[in-house]
Amino acid sequence: MQQTTKKNRGCLLTRRQMLAHSTLAAAGTIAGISPLGARAAAAKKAAKAKSVIQVFLWGGMSHTDTWDPKPDAGYDWTGQFNKVIETNVPGIQLSSLFPKLAQQMDKYSIIRSMTHGINGHETAAYLMQTGHPPGGRLAYPCVGAVFALMKGYNEGYKGLIPPYVVLTNPQGRFSESGFLGNKYKPFATGGDPNAQRFEVEGVVARGISDERQLGRRKLLGNLNTLSRCMPGLKAVQESEESAESAYQLILGEGKDVFDLSLEDSKLRDEYGRHTFGQECLVARRLVEAGVPYVTINYPGGWDTHSNHFATMNKQCPQLDQGLARLLQDLDERGLLETTIVWCCGEFGRSPKVDWQPPWNGGRNHYGKCNSVLIAGGGFKGGMVVGKSTEKGEEPAERPVYPVDLLGSIYTMAGIDMYAPLPHPMGLEAHVLPRGSEVKSTGLLEEIM
Amino acid sequence: MRGNILLYGALFICLLVLPQQSRASKDLYSSLWAPVPESPIDKLVFAKVKKAGYQPRFCTDHVFLRRAYLDITGTVPTADETRRFLEDKSFNKRVRLVDQLLQSDAYADYFAMKWCDVLRVKAEFPVNLWPNAAQAYHYWIRTSIRDNKSYDKFVREMLVSNGSNYRVGPVNFYRAMQSHTPDAIASTVALTFMGCRTAHWNDEKIAGMSAFFSEVGYKATREWKEEVVFWDPNKPFNSLTNAPAQMAQYRERRTAVFPDGKSIRLPHGKDPREIFADWLISDKNPWFATIYVNRAWSWLMGRGIIEEVDDIRSDNKPSNMALLKHLRTEFIKYNYDMKKLLRYILTSQTYHLDSIYEGDQEEKLAKLFAFYPMRRLDAEVLIDAINKVTGSTELYTSAIPEPFTFVPANKPAVALPDGSITSSFLEMFGKPARATGMDNERVNKLSDTQKRHLLNSSHIRGKIEDGSVVSQILNSKLKRQQMIDELYLTILSRYPTIEECAWINNYIAESKLSERNAGLDVAWALINSDEFIFKH
Repeated sequence: MQQTTKKNRGCLLTRRQMLAHSTLAAAGTIAGISPLGARAAAAKKAAKAKSVIQVFLWGGMSHTDTWDPKPDAGYDWTGQFNKVIETNVPGIQLSSLFPKLAQQMDKYSIIRSMTHGINGHETAAYLMQTGHPPGGRLAYPCVGAVFALMKGYNEGYKGLIPPYVVLTNPQGRFSESGFLGNKYKPFATGGDPNAQRFEVEGVVARGISDERQLGRRKLLGNLNTLSRCMPGLKAVQESEESAESAYQLILGEGKDVFDLSLEDSKLRDEYGRHTFGQECLVARRLVEAGVPYVTINYPGGWDTHSNHFATMNKQCPQLDQGLARLLQDLDERGLLETTIVWCCGEFGRSPKVDWQPPWNGGRNHYGKCNSVLIAGGGFKGGMVVGKSTEKGEEPAERPVYPVDLLGSIYTMAGIDMYAPLPHPMGLEAHVLPRGSEVKSTGLLEEIM
Repeated sequence: MRGNILLYGALFICLLVLPQQSRASKDLYSSLWAPVPESPIDKLVFAKVKKAGYQPRFCTDHVFLRRAYLDITGTVPTADETRRFLEDKSFNKRVRLVDQLLQSDAYADYFAMKWCDVLRVKAEFPVNLWPNAAQAYHYWIRTSIRDNKSYDKFVREMLVSNGSNYRVGPVNFYRAMQSHTPDAIASTVALTFMGCRTAHWNDEKIAGMSAFFSEVGYKATREWKEEVVFWDPNKPFNSLTNAPAQMAQYRERRTAVFPDGKSIRLPHGKDPREIFADWLISDKNPWFATIYVNRAWSWLMGRGIIEEVDDIRSDNKPSNMALLKHLRTEFIKYNYDMKKLLRYILTSQTYHLDSIYEGDQEEKLAKLFAFYPMRRLDAEVLIDAINKVTGSTELYTSAIPEPFTFVPANKPAVALPDGSITSSFLEMFGKPARATGMDNERVNKLSDTQKRHLLNSSHIRGKIEDGSVVSQILNSKLKRQQMIDELYLTILSRYPTIEECAWINNYIAESKLSERNAGLDVAWALINSDEFIFKH
């Protein structure tokens, strides 16, 4: 009984918040039906998103120094980052580290009350990307693997490039595909898109020019003596077909998707001539090529226990530049409507600076409160969801839990958030968990 | 060297007589002599093949050499071993090779791996044996295979075993399943030792068999994750089954029913598992020998006489009933000597047929074993072969438990004792999860991702460029032709043809690459050829 009340209160909060934003004309009707009905309605209404770009700020980026600034909290809390700037949406401010994103505020929304309370990297990263509490019996697949299944292979995805791509390296600390298995693991490109030549693992080989690739392929054809004796045999044909498709990636259109020299040099400058900026550009090209899910694992990470301020001063401008240009570019090309972009780490960082040695001005893991940037694919821009307390220590309004965030992303892409997942042993498993023990305040209806 | 000259000579003549290159290439793989059936296996197989209007052909020596190495030991021969075999002019060299390989340690490693798939040897998920127990189980299996323990003894030891999972390897048979209820045990026993999938059985049948396993006890000890499996006559009735009512009845009356329908009163003071085991391993049991000969045949010939291998039932007809019966009878006559049965198949002419087939009846003739079917190497065998021919190693790890397990670099993948110890290559190439013990868990179909990995990954490229064997050949003082010979002997276990040498010389001339880079490309091409990736 108590749980029901709790749940209802969560929903009420949502509705109140929704009504507060008068922009949402449909709020009245949605508020009148059950959360389940609302979800169904939202799914029917939306499902615009075809692709997702996830920028994962591995290590956990500070929320108070970035998208949820607390300039009045005092030096012990803000350190040197006590300046804010106005955005192109009146009333919303960001830390002054993000001037370019500030000019794109109308294209995305910020959740300032993301919470789960877990302070371990692995466990928090698992929860934020699978929606399932860590430590259970099953290792669940993350969002990208579920997209690879439901928007990729299940829908007969025939793209040259695998349906789930990671730029450039997998996180390595958790298995993205979980029990779904190897097929749903992301294709990790390796290499560096900001280098002279973006060496994509298995696609663009170091020191081997296209001419040599062509020559080698011909040589292999000539020396494939056994198969040339019996071209009609099933095994031979299958081998030939798989080589054909591999070479479409290595020498054909697939390779071009990764070839940034085909882009206007000025645009490349605007994205930023650094790894992250060029990764954003590759992500856009992948989405254009129809890839359903792209994850950028931020190069370098954000685990700033020490050397916090210097790292932030170095990385934030790059994040700002790449992400802002990506949003603008997607918008200009009409792709933002069908592409969800979401960006956050596994947790925020402690709002109070740790000035003691050995940290000497660092911030620690903080699962109680974090900010998330979300845009496109039908998500509204120019809004703030939830609110954190005065110093950013915990959600003050409308806490958003991982299932709420991921459930909204699935819904916008037309994936039933409780759909069954195929477990190899036939065990019962669903995309997201449900039940009274799952903390939730409902989908992000205020921006859907 | 004389073999080389002879081979070249033969090819030269063929080129003169039959100018099409395809004919010449075929002679590289299939012999001009038509086989004359010798053993009963051949008579039974050839009768059906002839009826289908097909004339089978023998494979050539180098094809046989590579095939026997891969099928018996899961490895490829070295250049020296190849040379020696090709130069050997003795009449019975193929049989001698089979005998030599069956005595090798590599045979024990490879066949232990096959049994570890069937018997689900894996530290964690989904069967949760735990690392020490997986090692003990693997050790027992490998030792049994090495010592050629008779099949009936091998199976009986597992079925009636008692003791600690760390100390008595075979008790892990009862732990390597996801549920420990009597019906789950019965299902696993049926699949493993009878080749029957109990999904096809009715509840009564499974309940009757479950009664034999209703007194299997499990208890923890004070050592972490140690578990003792034992006969527990006072075990309370376990209700987790599809047919609790029937099972309760059987248990109450102390009756059990064999899968052939005969019921038996279980005497007090005797472990019911022993009664079941003795029924199972009897010569008259219709399933026991059948599943083994079907597995053995499929391991060597690429498909079971009954297919799928572990799906024996009256409505799944064998493709050659007489052959299956014959092998069964022989196996029983051999007193369940596993190696002797393998040898019997390996020395039949049927096993020596070529793999060249061009017509449009592939599926039909494959079922009749009219030719040796081409199939991709197992994940473990493939990476071992790549490592061997390039002279490189691979890192295998298990993340369970912490601290992680690392394996010495020179350990072949085939010899890994525990299914949880793996690498991304093995996962990509379909190493089985060892979840069910079913034969179809291993998928050897070549996928696009696998092909791309072989063709162009930094992983494989690194092995070719940095591996000691390829480098040694390319850095040697050998003349170019000898270098090409050496690459072919190492990678494909044969000499190159005149035509192939011409292609290569042409490539070196046209590509304008350095001699070393051109050589690397040749090695790359040979490793990526179907002749390397597939058994043939």
